[in-house]
Order: sequence, then structure tokens, then C-alpha cells
Amino acid sequence: MSAPLLLGQSKPASKPVLVPDVSQRQIEIAYSFTGADLLLFGAILYPGGRLPDDDAPTDIVVVVKGPTQSILVREKEKIAGIWVNASRLRYRSAPSFYGMVSSRPINQVVDGRTRAIYELGLDSLQLSPASSAPQDEQDRFARGLVDLKRRSGLYYEQPNAVEISDGVLYRARVNIPARVPVGRFTAETFLIRDRHILAVATKDIDIRKSGFERFVARSAQRSSIAYGLVAVALSVLFGWSAGYIARRV
Amino acid sequence: MDLYLPIANMSVNALVIVALGLFVGLLSGMFGVGGGFLTTPLLIIYGIPPTVAAASSASQVTGASVSGVFAHLQRRGVDFQMGGLMVAGGFVGSGVGAWIFRILQRTGQIDTVIAVIYVLMLGWIGSTMARESIQYILAARGGAPPPARKRRHHPLVAALPLRMRFYRSGLYVSPLAPLLLGFGVGILTILLGVGGGFILVPAMIYLLGMATQVVVGTSLFQTLFVTAWATMVHATTTKAVDIVLAVLLLIGSVTGAQLGARFAARVKPEYLRLALAVLVLLVGLRIAIGLGWRPDEIYSVELS
Repeated sequence: MSAPLLLGQSKPASKPVLVPDVSQRQIEIAYSFTGADLLLFGAILYPGGRLPDDDAPTDIVVVVKGPTQSILVREKEKIAGIWVNASRLRYRSAPSFYGMVSSRPINQVVDGRTRAIYELGLDSLQLSPASSAPQDEQDRFARGLVDLKRRSGLYYEQPNAVEISDGVLYRARVNIPARVPVGRFTAETFLIRDRHILAVATKDIDIRKSGFERFVARSAQRSSIAYGLVAVALSVLFGWSAGYIARRV
Repeated sequence: MDLYLPIANMSVNALVIVALGLFVGLLSGMFGVGGGFLTTPLLIIYGIPPTVAAASSASQVTGASVSGVFAHLQRRGVDFQMGGLMVAGGFVGSGVGAWIFRILQRTGQIDTVIAVIYVLMLGWIGSTMARESIQYILAARGGAPPPARKRRHHPLVAALPLRMRFYRSGLYVSPLAPLLLGFGVGILTILLGVGGGFILVPAMIYLLGMATQVVVGTSLFQTLFVTAWATMVHATTTKAVDIVLAVLLLIGSVTGAQLGARFAARVKPEYLRLALAVLVLLVGLRIAIGLGWRPDEIYSVELS
């Protein structure tokens, strides 16, 4: 949100600048898609080309977010001996994917306030519920949601996963699982020193279906009657031909 | 061999899905049921979203029933009058089913309702079949002639007004009975993604008292049309039919069905029926335990 304010090449060269890049600007989902490994890399340009001479560590944090979704989270409760969905909470914009990699554990890099502002870390996600539930209920649902998404590989954080060489070049790897929805993903890179965010840079990555997968998904949406007829015809054809072959053999 | 499913939005191991279809096909060929009652839960256990699983397994049942219908047609094993009435009831039932599905989905109770229906239905059918086949086997062992099956319809069916003659089924009952039966199974087809053969076959034997030689053929006839219709309903409303998933399931199940049918010809039918009863009871028991056990996932997410 406020990220571009911090970037800006036009600023006086008093602050370092990030020059980020990503291995793939576009990920095409085809029949063999099982997820993608994104390589996010780049350089830290210090004013005057000089590395700072104090010995405070430099950290890089990369956050990749998927398109936001409006979701409904339900909580099961044991009622009359069986587990049924009881309470629920709606979120207008929860990220469909959230992957954070950092050069050190995030709580050693920045304080809680900064983490909350920039949504750094799974416990700092700003999941705004659509209804005003009591705080403890909101927290419970948020923990449940994050835990569920983490176990399906859609949310994760990995400390010590960014390599910084000679204080100027960094590289990080983020795994995008196959279950992600299509759409625009953003990769934000943060340069942090001494608990302060010095620079932020953003790159977009488009994930979309291609070829046959795109055709199928589109037909199912746009020409649903024809799609249904094809599905029925296929099943009749398969069943009939198997019977025919079996009678001959 | 990983393959991406364009509607389910996930990648699966194609061989696992084909093997799943083969397993279900084997059972359906052996027992003359579509096998949807196993496909849907197994797909959900594999991680396919429940709606996609229910929508796509309906087309697998269509495929499994086609070759069966052809085989029974040649043997004059289909009562078109009875089947036609059931199909008509099934079309109306699936419309109502789609409406119930939406309401339950909105209130979040769809999974619980599906599980409870499964437990009740499988428990009832499984125990009825098990009792009958055990009695039969025991009688046969004792050297006594197997008890002649009393072919009588249930008093509830006899109480319905307007009777008509069904020649191939050898029945004189109200047409409302097959209509209502078809209606009920139509609802279940949409809700559970099942063909309903596992309900229809015992219902036709124990409730209607139909002549056994037309029971399976007529059930398959109804299943064929109602699952094809259910696929259309899902394709146009939930848009959750994954054609790639359906084809994988079909490859396995049509092959399995043929193998299963050959195997079934060599086994005594009463043992086969007992085996099916045990299988049905096990699936029901597993779901019943799942209802009372603390689930792995207390929370669930859906798009809204």
C-alpha cells in the first residue's frame, strides 16, 4: 500500500534502493502443472556504492501474496454427539496464498508494530472480518484459518531462506503449490536494517491457465450446456465402447 | 503421473484416480451397483473439493451403467414402463435435490446431512441384505431347499391409490410407487453424487416386490438417465463437473466393470450379496465413526 512511497528512484540518494527481479513473470498452468518454484533475486544499491560500515545486519524479507478472496470460515462444534458446523465468520479479502521467506526469523528482524503494518508473518495478517465478532472469537477464527491454510501449503513462512551474498545480492525461493487460484500475484521485497524498513520493491506475477486447461475452464463457465452434454456423451461413449470391446474379446 | 484438473484447480496423480475408478468399477460389475456411493467419499478423502467430487462422479456412474443397460436390453431385462416412471420421478427429484443442496450449502450443513443420510441408508440396506443372504446361506447349508423368496410388495405400497399393470415386473401396483421411488433417488443423486442403484435395487425387491430378472436392468436404466441429467444440472448450476477427472474415473471404472461382471458370473449370488452387505455396512460404520470423532479439521473454508 504505502510501499511505493519508500521506493522511488527520484529520491535523493540517501537511502539504499532495491533492484528486484523474478524468474517468471508469468506462470502458465498446463496439464502437467504441479506447482512452481519462483526464484526472487536482485541487488541492493547503496548510495555511492558503499556498504554501510556499521555491523548491523542487513535483512531481506520477501512476501508473495495471491489474489484476495472473499471467504466464509466455519467452525465445527460437537452438538448432540456429532460434529457439525456451528459458528462462522466471513472475511472480505483474505489472501488465497501467502508465502514469506526471510533471511532471519522475522521476530528478530522487525518489531510487532512494523510487522502488523506490512503484514509480515502469518500472525500479523490483517484478515478483516466482515462482521463485528468479539475479539477473542476473531482471533480464534484467524488462528483456525491460518492453521488450515498452512497445512495445505497455501500459507507458509520460512526463516533463513533468503541468501544474501556480499551484502548486495540476494536470492530467495518461493514455492507456489498447484492448488492456488489463477490471478495476479504480488511479490514484495523488503530491505530491513536495524529494525527499519529501508526499501520496498514490488513485482507482479500472473498465474493463468493455458492451452487445454484454459479451454476447459472457460467452456465450463461460458457454455455450460454444451460442456455438460460433452461430459454425458463422453461417459456414454466410454461405457458403450468398453461393453462392445468386452463382448468381442 | 501428475495431471492438473482444470475445474478442481489442483494436480492429482492420474494413476491413483484410474486405480480408484478400477476398484469401484470392479465392485459395480460384481454387484450391479453404480459405485457412486464409494467414488464420492474416496475422492473427498483424496482431497478433491466435495462439490467437484459429487458432480464428477455422477458421470462415472453414467458410464458404468451404459454397458449394463445394453446387456440387460438384450435379455429383455428392462421394464420400460417402470423405468420410465422412475426416470420421470428422478428428473423432478433432482430439481428438488438441487434446491435442497443450495439451502444446505448456504447454512453450511451439507456435509453433515450427507453423512447422516449415508449412515441411515447404508445401515438399513446393509443389515437387510446381510440378514436375507445369511438366512439363505444357512438354509442351503442345512440341506433344506432355499426358502422361496416371498414376492410381495410392502403394505405401504399396496395402500397407494390408482393401480396399473406392469407386465415385465409381474406387478399390479400404483404408478405412484415407482414415481415416488424415482423422486427420492433423484434427490439423493444430486445430493450424494450417487446413481442410487444401491438403494433402488433393494427397494425394488423389498418394497415393490418386482420380478428379480428385471430389477437390475430397470435400476440401471433409471440410473443411466438420472445421472446423465444430474451431470447436466451440475454443469449448468454448480459448474463443478471436471471433465478431466471424469475421464480418468471412466477409464478405470468401465474396465473394472467388465472384469467384475466376469468374476461375478463365477460366484454364487448369495455370497456376492453378503459381501456387498458387509461392504455397505463397513462404509456406513466408517462414516458414523467420522461423525462422532473429533475431526482433523475443526475449521473449513469456502469461497463466498
